[in-house]
Amino acid sequence: MVDNKLIVSSSPHLRSDETINRIMLDVIIALLPATLASIYYFRFNALKLIVLAVLTAMVTEALIQKLMKKPITVNDLSAVITGLLLAFNIPASAPWWIPVIGSAFAIAIVKQAFGGLGHNFMNPALAARAMLLASWPVIMTNWVAPGAEAVSTATPLAILKGEAANQILPPLKDVFFGNVGGSLGETSAILLILGGAYLLYRGVINWRIPFTYIGTVAVMMLIFDGGLTSMIYHIFAGGLMLGAFFMATDYASSPVTPKGQIIFGIGCGVITSVIRLYGGYPEGVSYSILLMNVVAPLLDKYTSPRVFGEVKQNG
Amino acid sequence: MKLKNLTFKGGVHPPHFKEYTEKIPLEKAKEPQTVIIPLAQHIGAPCEPIVKVGDRVKIGQKIGEPKAFVSAPIHSSIAGIVKKIVPYTSPIGTQVLSVVIESDGSNEVDENVKPKGDLESLTKEEILNIIKEAGITGLGGAGFPTHVKLSPPPDKKIDTIILNGAECEPYLTSDHRLMLENPEKVVFGLKAIMKAVGVNKGFIGIENNKPDAIEVMQNAVKNEPNIEVATLVTKYPQGDEKRLINAVTGREVPAGGLPMDVGVIVNNVGTAAAIADAIQTGMPLIQRIVTITGSAINEPKNLIVKIGTPFIEVIKQCGGYKGKPGKIIMGGPMMGIAQFTDEVPVIKGTSGILVLNEKEAKISEPKQCIRCGKCVDICPVNLQPLFISQFALKSMYDEAEYYHALDCIECGSCSFICPSKRPLLQSIRVAKRELISRRKKR
Repeated sequence: MVDNKLIVSSSPHLRSDETINRIMLDVIIALLPATLASIYYFRFNALKLIVLAVLTAMVTEALIQKLMKKPITVNDLSAVITGLLLAFNIPASAPWWIPVIGSAFAIAIVKQAFGGLGHNFMNPALAARAMLLASWPVIMTNWVAPGAEAVSTATPLAILKGEAANQILPPLKDVFFGNVGGSLGETSAILLILGGAYLLYRGVINWRIPFTYIGTVAVMMLIFDGGLTSMIYHIFAGGLMLGAFFMATDYASSPVTPKGQIIFGIGCGVITSVIRLYGGYPEGVSYSILLMNVVAPLLDKYTSPRVFGEVKQNG
Repeated sequence: MKLKNLTFKGGVHPPHFKEYTEKIPLEKAKEPQTVIIPLAQHIGAPCEPIVKVGDRVKIGQKIGEPKAFVSAPIHSSIAGIVKKIVPYTSPIGTQVLSVVIESDGSNEVDENVKPKGDLESLTKEEILNIIKEAGITGLGGAGFPTHVKLSPPPDKKIDTIILNGAECEPYLTSDHRLMLENPEKVVFGLKAIMKAVGVNKGFIGIENNKPDAIEVMQNAVKNEPNIEVATLVTKYPQGDEKRLINAVTGREVPAGGLPMDVGVIVNNVGTAAAIADAIQTGMPLIQRIVTITGSAINEPKNLIVKIGTPFIEVIKQCGGYKGKPGKIIMGGPMMGIAQFTDEVPVIKGTSGILVLNEKEAKISEPKQCIRCGKCVDICPVNLQPLFISQFALKSMYDEAEYYHALDCIECGSCSFICPSKRPLLQSIRVAKRELISRRKKR
């Protein structure tokens, strides 16, 4: 007989090898191409801002957990992602303290104050961006053209909107690959799509939020902004790809039910389109996701899937 | 030849681990010296012993008589002397009154064990009676008395029998080997069931990770126009009755209902083979195929084991433990029951003995829920395990009930997939127990 050292626990006795760390690592891998592109386009400025954002996020997380006497979980990599995403959301011309304040705010207020990983009701990076934009609107919208010298420019969407009358739209190729003005990480549509595809392939995210989000924007722009060209610019310029694949899909602040995720995606798409078409800010993606974050718990509550075998209601 | 890959919505893809034993032919285990036969090996009322200490019993002799309808008699698996009738730890985890028999080496078979005649000449009632008298219970794991399952109330019109050969639990290969080596028994059993219930449509559902079994069974039913092999996608829990019915027929068993509500009865392929034995040889259910497997077993095997043989005896015949065992499980890793000791006996529902090493047996520390929603995506019954679990852990049972905790089939897919290693199923079980006991109090 074996001695009584057998482990006796309730089934299942087999667990998948998926872990939080692996998921977070996948997100970082997915963000890597766009990170490298932003460094390529915006040179040392980009590198400096990204490093500062990531480091601040990690230090803040560790510090707060230490102060609150909670287990320190920086090595789960989620803070790295928040820092990286925040850096993606600021212009290359921003001073060094912008990512520092932003990351500290994202982690301390939006994430840890609400209970840490999985409990933030808003996307921390986006909430921090909104805070920065409200506090330092000029710094946060001082777009520069790619290259070593920080030459001011307008974003394609601003040109499209007619805010920068004397500039012409950059060729679609540049918009696609990222050779245009804009926030650090949102300029290269193709690399963000590549990252998104990787996340879909790895099963980290599913199609529901990104596809309905982008699809809704595409349809609305086609109908309300007159035509295909405008639609294509709206999809590939600006933060739509970044938002759709990396921000709106944030686990903690988006719904978990299939129907809820679809409504969430469509909602983000509608609000983004309305802001871009009729709003005064070029901030469609950020605010739409933040607004939908707030209704996510409601969506979860009212979109419970029909339980298998539950009697179908008539009428 | 129709090769559709049928399935249901949801589910997970655990690693198979079937390579340990899938290629290893069935082998008869050594005759046990002593057997411990629990008088309750099925869902339903326990049996009462009809032998006394000191009695001499023969192979196939009835030793436990059921006292209720939902029950099945128990037979001796060896010939010898009744030594004790005492409560003994059963692999189900409770103490059960058990008959301990010591072999006299004679291997004498009871006089009542004789062929029951042609399937053609047997009536429905006769077949049902043979199944009942042979003590046949579901061999898939749950162990429901088969004659009860095959006697639906007259208002339930049954039109389809499905044999479950999915064997979706990782590690287990007993059904696989049975289908490969004794396909004709499986088909005979299915025909007997179809006749007993008065149905002329039968399916044998097999997951497509067993192409050899699919081929063999397809050959075996070549000349049976009413029987079809249904090829299923390899996915857990494909072998769950309601998932299987959904995959094969497209029908959806109502929540809280039974397969018979949609005109279907599901039996395990092993159960069908046991029925074939009972009719063809008259031998009641006194042995079964057990897969002994896992990283902590020296020579994993598929053995035909006499009911009542202690686990340790069977494990010794597989070269004993490799290293120190961390966990001994009766059944598969997804739904099996962890054992306190290896001295429990093999019962009718013992489809496998799985021994994990200490490393695999370790339970990982649960982390915070990150709301990834994977448990919602994969739940075969469309539940939201993360919410039910949160409510259960806070003792908010009304809320757990609102989220349909009672519809949980306890397949464990949610716990399996959870990247935070949260005890999802374990906590949902707590809510279920609480809710059921509340209902009883009302």
